[in-house]
Amino acid sequence: MATEKNVIISVKGLVKYYDDFVAVNGTSFEVYEGEIFGLLGPNGAGKTTTLEILETLREKSAGDVTIDGLDVDKHPNDIKKVIGVQLQAAGYYPSLKLLELLDLFSGLYNVRIDKMEMLKLVGLEDKAKNKYKDLSGGQKQRFSLCTTLINDPKIIFLDEPTTGLDPQSRRNLWDLIREIRAKGTTVVITTHYMDEAEELCDRVAVMDSGKFVALDTPDNLIDQLVAKGFERKKEVKKANLEDVFLNLTGKEWRDE
Amino acid sequence: MSNKRPYSQARALLAIAKASLQSTFRSPSAVAFSFAFPLFFILVFGFIGKGGMTVGVGVTPDSDTTNAIYALLKSRPEVKLIRNESADAMTDELEKGKLDGVLRFSISNDSTVPHLQVKLETSKASAQGGAMLKMMMKTAVDEANLSAMPQVSRVAVLNTEEVTNHAYKTIDFILPGMLGFSLLSMGVFGTAFVFLNLRNMLVIKRFFATPVHKSVIVLGEALSRVTFALLTSSFIIILGRLAFGFTLQHGLITFIYMLVLAFIALFVFMGFGFIISGLAKNESAVPPLANLVTLPQFLLAGTFFPITVFPEWLQPIPKLMPLTYLNDAMRKVAFEGQNLFMVWNDIAVLLVWGVIVYVLATRLFKWE
Repeated sequence: MATEKNVIISVKGLVKYYDDFVAVNGTSFEVYEGEIFGLLGPNGAGKTTTLEILETLREKSAGDVTIDGLDVDKHPNDIKKVIGVQLQAAGYYPSLKLLELLDLFSGLYNVRIDKMEMLKLVGLEDKAKNKYKDLSGGQKQRFSLCTTLINDPKIIFLDEPTTGLDPQSRRNLWDLIREIRAKGTTVVITTHYMDEAEELCDRVAVMDSGKFVALDTPDNLIDQLVAKGFERKKEVKKANLEDVFLNLTGKEWRDE
Repeated sequence: MSNKRPYSQARALLAIAKASLQSTFRSPSAVAFSFAFPLFFILVFGFIGKGGMTVGVGVTPDSDTTNAIYALLKSRPEVKLIRNESADAMTDELEKGKLDGVLRFSISNDSTVPHLQVKLETSKASAQGGAMLKMMMKTAVDEANLSAMPQVSRVAVLNTEEVTNHAYKTIDFILPGMLGFSLLSMGVFGTAFVFLNLRNMLVIKRFFATPVHKSVIVLGEALSRVTFALLTSSFIIILGRLAFGFTLQHGLITFIYMLVLAFIALFVFMGFGFIISGLAKNESAVPPLANLVTLPQFLLAGTFFPITVFPEWLQPIPKLMPLTYLNDAMRKVAFEGQNLFMVWNDIAVLLVWGVIVYVLATRLFKWE
């Protein structure tokens, strides 16, 4: 980790109302360049709303948000050029082939790309001529990740990228995300899986009812809890059921 | 990457239009509505138009077939002569209405009656065909008798002349109607379904995450639908011309006028589609709303028959419908050879509809 941390996302006093409902209630945080930042929390905690405000897809009610030094209200279009966005659900013409979809997005971002090279990044070069709707769940998520990289972004936002995937696909998506970060891209990710956050994230923020209730490295958060005298009810074995599953079924990608 | 060229919305527009067009060509319902459906109607009406009404006539096996009247009947395309059946079988088919008449030609040797005796049997089972056949036979027999008489002793002679130099065929009426209906379906159903789907599947939301302008997304989709509609329209017109002799009065220029009319009308019809995509909560809400717009126009706006056949009290309704004016303009341009300025009042009504529809559409359209 670099000793000097550059702030790439800065959020101060962010508030979002939907009519009477307060989805985000005055959160402030910073994301550093090159880190994997996790947004955790139960459903309805305000993770997706926060993410969509950072992605300039949603207007905020109050607060200041800057992305790579750009204000979200004043320069949404410039921000869109330096970020990549993966939405929770689909978002592609289902009957188009992957190469055609990459053509579409290279047009939308006004960039020239080597399409096969892009697909190789996410291990989908064999599926280049398949239609999006014919991909498996894991392949769809990998393709979605691929489209976030088209404009060579500084930051990518991933909203629950591994939900619904089998353990193999999940682990391989983690590897992909680590590779992307290794190239210097900042990653902001939401997830419901704590093992994923622990494994992947440099720092995590825990949200509940629109507020941040914790923000630190996974290690520190665990240590703090243990320091309070917390103990697991059952002694932990050296392996868990997921380890058993992966040991039995192998770690390769399953392309059904 | 250090290409600091300014962002081109035009490039994004073309990318969306291209993707949307690829997607449309892979959608079975779009292709069915715009190619297969009109094609089917045109084929059916095209063949009816070619055939016209025909009568089936049995000629008894013992008949004389060397006479002039038989030869005349044989030369008429609307008469189908059946010879190789027994007289009893023919009578049976006549009673069931499968034949319109049975003829027996016999030669008489009695000098007090005409040499050729023609007997025609008809039945109530086929009253219309029978009546037509009676008329035809009476004319044929009269003609034969007249030609045996000297010219001077005739009382009167009828000379007929047709005023137009080209025939108004069924296809000339049906093709513009089907073209109009195809444009209406594509505009209303196509647009409503596509935008609802793109919204529900978050395709539009994903576009929002790119630097493309909101209006460019709509324009790109619209450009793709227009391209698709003009392709199918050209296909329908050219097929009608080549296969059924559809009249294009001034050839290529008439064809271009028709495409211009198609473009204007599609623009109006797409507005209805935008409104419906805004009103419909889900996919199953689209067909009832879209049918509400398309069905009455399909039936009343002069697609299959001229609006003048409707009773007086019904007349004002088709006169309000945009499709009526498109159909009217298309027929005037194609068959009468008018140009776009001569059908300005039809175009004006379409444009007024356009204004109404787009004022509503901009209020009701939903992005997410």
